[in-house]
Amino acid sequence: MKEKLVVIGNGMAGMRTVEELLKIAPDAYDISVFGEEPYGNYNRIMLSPVLAGDKTIEEIMLNDLQWYDDNNITLYKGVKATEIDRKKRTVTGDDGKTVSYDRLLITTGSTAFIIPLPGHDLDGVIAFRDIADVDTMLETAKTKKNAVVIGGGLLGLEAANGLMQQGMNVKVVHIMDTLMERQLDEPAAKMLQANLEERGLEFLMGAQTESIQGDGKVEKVCFKDGSEVEADIVVMAVGIRPNFALAEQVGIHCERGIVVNDTMQTFDPAVYSVGECVQHRGETYGLVAPLFEMAKVCANHLAKHGIGLYEGTMTSTKLKVTGIDLFSAGDINGDETTEDLVFKDESRGVYRKIVVKDNIVQGAVMYGDTIDGTWYFDLMRDKTDIGDFRATILFGQAHLGDSGHGDDNRVAAMADTAEICGCNGICKGDIVSAIMDKKLFTLDDVRAHTKASSSCGSCTGLVEALIAHTVGGDYSVAPHLKPMCGCSEHSHDSVREQIKKQELKTMPAVRDALGWDTPDGCPKCRMALNYYLLCQWPTEYKDDSQSRFINERAHGNIQHDGTYSVIPRMWGGMTTPQELRAVADVAEKYNVETVHVTGGQRIGLYGLKKEDLPDVWKEFTDAGMVSGHAYGKALRTVKTCVGKEWCRFGTQDSTGIGIKLEELSWGSWTPHKFKMAASGCPRNCAEATIKDFGVVCVDSGYELHVGGNGGIKVRATDFLCAVKTEDEVLEYAAAYMQFYREDAHYLERTAPWIERVGLQRVKDEIVEDAEKRKVYAERFYVAQSVAQDDPWKERVDGSEKHEFLPLKEIRG
Amino acid sequence: MSDWIEVGTLSDIPKQGARVVKTDNGDIAIFHTDSGDVFAVKDECPHKKGQLSQGIVYGNKVACPLHNWMINLDSGTAVAPDEGCAATYPVKMDGEKIMLSVTANEGCPNS
Repeated sequence: MKEKLVVIGNGMAGMRTVEELLKIAPDAYDISVFGEEPYGNYNRIMLSPVLAGDKTIEEIMLNDLQWYDDNNITLYKGVKATEIDRKKRTVTGDDGKTVSYDRLLITTGSTAFIIPLPGHDLDGVIAFRDIADVDTMLETAKTKKNAVVIGGGLLGLEAANGLMQQGMNVKVVHIMDTLMERQLDEPAAKMLQANLEERGLEFLMGAQTESIQGDGKVEKVCFKDGSEVEADIVVMAVGIRPNFALAEQVGIHCERGIVVNDTMQTFDPAVYSVGECVQHRGETYGLVAPLFEMAKVCANHLAKHGIGLYEGTMTSTKLKVTGIDLFSAGDINGDETTEDLVFKDESRGVYRKIVVKDNIVQGAVMYGDTIDGTWYFDLMRDKTDIGDFRATILFGQAHLGDSGHGDDNRVAAMADTAEICGCNGICKGDIVSAIMDKKLFTLDDVRAHTKASSSCGSCTGLVEALIAHTVGGDYSVAPHLKPMCGCSEHSHDSVREQIKKQELKTMPAVRDALGWDTPDGCPKCRMALNYYLLCQWPTEYKDDSQSRFINERAHGNIQHDGTYSVIPRMWGGMTTPQELRAVADVAEKYNVETVHVTGGQRIGLYGLKKEDLPDVWKEFTDAGMVSGHAYGKALRTVKTCVGKEWCRFGTQDSTGIGIKLEELSWGSWTPHKFKMAASGCPRNCAEATIKDFGVVCVDSGYELHVGGNGGIKVRATDFLCAVKTEDEVLEYAAAYMQFYREDAHYLERTAPWIERVGLQRVKDEIVEDAEKRKVYAERFYVAQSVAQDDPWKERVDGSEKHEFLPLKEIRG
Repeated sequence: MSDWIEVGTLSDIPKQGARVVKTDNGDIAIFHTDSGDVFAVKDECPHKKGQLSQGIVYGNKVACPLHNWMINLDSGTAVAPDEGCAATYPVKMDGEKIMLSVTANEGCPNS
């Protein structure tokens, strides 16, 4: 018989947990739900837009009644759970119905705090918490004029804005001198207040309410200084309190909320709790991002996968008032050990403050232009050393969502027909309607449904901004380190760390030790694990070709028609008549349709049939040419100019150093493709400053540059250091490549990697400590000692033959 | 009734891999999963006709090499939210021998 799961509370946290559970263990439980409100589950954070008239109730339903039917979930609609018997394991509702459980999930959320002022129980004094409150406000607005909102925080301002949109005169009463004091510093709060006043809101700041008066129904609000204002409706929005009365009543340990551990279990292990009602590691949360993370962990545990841990969430705040852009995250006030970086442009209405300690972002406040909020948040979460771009950090990540979008990044202002994802041709309107119609919340959801940002990823920032804009303020981009794939909760970093620490040397060993949900992984983790194992245990690990993308298995790039490209290596971009003759012979013999000079100074042959590949490779092998790895997450090319051998400006032998670099590094596997270049003088004809590793020869030696990219997002390299000799160039290159190989996430180019970890970290490892540099270089040489076998020659000699031959032909 | 044709043995196909049987009506990919099961699916992704035989095989699924659509090998259907299906073919084991019928199973319009 199936176990029974009873959920108390039909809100976002509870139903998100159920959804996550159905995804991973659809048949594990008979599920029943007690829901106090007479609706399905709706998106509570979207109540403000409903009040403002921007959305309807139907538009914010997440799970309609049909969904409960479809998933065989019993919903006790409009029934409040009033008793729990933990011995008999039953829950009783206020209609007298008793249901038994094997596991219980309490998601009672929070209640609005009502200040017990004289008159707080008068008709027309309400909170701003549920659909009923919104209905009251909408009804009142139809016939009455005067509204008072008590509370100048996020919720109060959203309520005030909504009532104003409905045509009421709204006064906001706030006890402090500035609005949203927990999220905003004074300058930002003043700008916000000025903007809202311009729109017609009135503020009574530093005002202490003494009583609410009226004859059965609210008529006025009176203050301690003797003043009073007329009111037909009073909305109290002074905060929320975790709702844990029921849990406490049955002896479950509660403090400021229901106390849970990292697997979302209360002190009674059969009873779980998630959402706004819980207290986790001393924190309570009122935003949607942490709640979704809790739901995921809880569902994992309910499904008995038991691997996910909830470790708290770093949250950010935005205000859902149309036309006001405001972002706040982390520590925004700082202390004597922190510094403030401030940008203020009042006539444009833009303000930014970043709180920094030892070059690590601690918090950020933004007003007026918040497009870089997600970037600052990432920097804060990843603890990136900002030393190298501190001078410009306030101007934002100027190249966010490059590739044709330029500076036109204000997603809100974009037309619905504006193309967001150039790879897949997805427009803003497509994404917004998918988010609304399919109730999407996360980047992964949007990628799955629309394909936007799922190919090259350059528009990820724009898509995230669109999600934030569409689903509202509580969307947090990447609230904690992301799991590497859906098979486990482990991040890339934690997997790499465990591979090393526990000496895991095969893929099944990793999956066993780290608790994978799937028996043999998925394409994402298989490719990554294969690389991580290869990188960690170069001489021991046996490469798993079935876990490689077809290009790396077939040593050529698959084209859209299923044919392949063949690109032999031309060392340092140099070639000979003999090599060119071999290329020409192959092209003629195999009727190659397209012969192309590549951007990496090679010649590519396109349109070859897979069956012909081994024969083609044999021709090249016989001519002394090897695979160019133009298909791999590997060292690609070393582009050069002719340097001082010919050029009148050349300062060093750039082709010579290019060839040596290529001989050093060819055959190595890297987290993503890796390109180098060597230019003979600062005119830089080999474009070394947009490569992963670039050498610019100067009269006194060699300048080394790292982290450049000429692709999706153009990024010029960072200057690493200058060295005097070729030997030093080679050692630095080996050490740098090895550090990248060991530190970056799979499929992370050096450009985003350096932006994530900070150039300083690279300098610490490679430049400033000669011993460390030698150790890295040494590990690279060891890895290379077993990597430099030409894969083409191996195939010609017969390995992996099955890859290239049909199993059988059945004709006529 | 199906006409069973021997197309090879299980050891001819690497685990988590696939090989192709060429027929007059197009290629059929024979998959060998990690758990040892064998499936026969038309070697054409319902999306843009990518060769499924060249994809990464995991569980009872394959990821198309062109745009990473995930196809269920048992039914030929795309994993949601993608929509579409590739035809499947009857396949069975006779000892070590793989027996295939080139008449597609019903249910998928792309056969």
